[in-house]
Amino acid sequence: MEDKLILGGKEFKSRFILGSGKYNLNLIKAAVEQGGAEIITLALRRANTSESENILDYIPKGVTLLPNTSGARNAEEAVRIARLSRAMGCGDFVKIEIMRDAKYLFPDNQETIKATEILAKEGFVVLPYMNPDLNVARDLQNAGAAAVMPLASPIGSNKGLATKAMIQILIDEIDLPIIVDAGIGKPSQACEAMEMGAAAIMANTAIATAGNIPDMAEAFKLAIQAGRKAYLTGMGRVLARGGSASDPLTGFLR
Amino acid sequence: MVRINGEEKAIAGRNLLEYLKTSGFEPDKVVVERNLEIVPRDELGNVTIQEEDSIEVLRFVGGG
Repeated sequence: MEDKLILGGKEFKSRFILGSGKYNLNLIKAAVEQGGAEIITLALRRANTSESENILDYIPKGVTLLPNTSGARNAEEAVRIARLSRAMGCGDFVKIEIMRDAKYLFPDNQETIKATEILAKEGFVVLPYMNPDLNVARDLQNAGAAAVMPLASPIGSNKGLATKAMIQILIDEIDLPIIVDAGIGKPSQACEAMEMGAAAIMANTAIATAGNIPDMAEAFKLAIQAGRKAYLTGMGRVLARGGSASDPLTGFLR
Repeated sequence: MVRINGEEKAIAGRNLLEYLKTSGFEPDKVVVERNLEIVPRDELGNVTIQEEDSIEVLRFVGGG
């Protein structure tokens, strides 16, 4: 059986969601292709009459667009941005991102639940970015979220799985895809989250600030695939104490 | 005056679609909000900009 990620009834082979911020539009196509990403995030901002480039021209066909609601400070603003994004005519997916905190950029979980409820009722495929908390994740599920996106560490920090134990609880208890978002800084951390049972990884800054963006996207792809395979296979056991020889314990040369 | 993307402009009375085109916006690559209501793309040509309108013209950019 083929292993697929299903979000809002849509099937994806890739478990890598690529962010498109902080880097040159000319690199987006190569990053998507080398990273094998089938979902890419975008933001909505005021248009400027002096610019001629449009990001949509750089995203390969067939890639699902996941607009975020960045800039929203409460549920009402997130709903407004989500509706405007959908009016662009690029699908029903939305990543809810609501922040009040300017230093750590932590999401406002309560407002995120409110926005999720409104948008899910309007037929959006809602992927809420959240601070990992089991009760909040349950509320998001009840509100109609298609997945839950817990943060690993602050956005853009590249600090890795600071919330590892909390994310593991969500993976174990919530019957929705758990997509680890924010703070994943290197492929090994993406791999570790996938080994834990995460459904997918969303990364932007780790790739955008790498020496070679398309190559790092590929490194993430491979790490995510490795972690997924290890998770599906089942990890080898860990001994409480002592060692266990890997070699036969008979027939020694004497 | 009319507020468009935060700037005051004397454009009341003009057709919205015609204004966007002559100002350098690409109407098929933006979404327009007028007084907090979305203007569907195929209705842009039916809207006359009114005095005191508040208009936002938005497009997708790179983001996480």
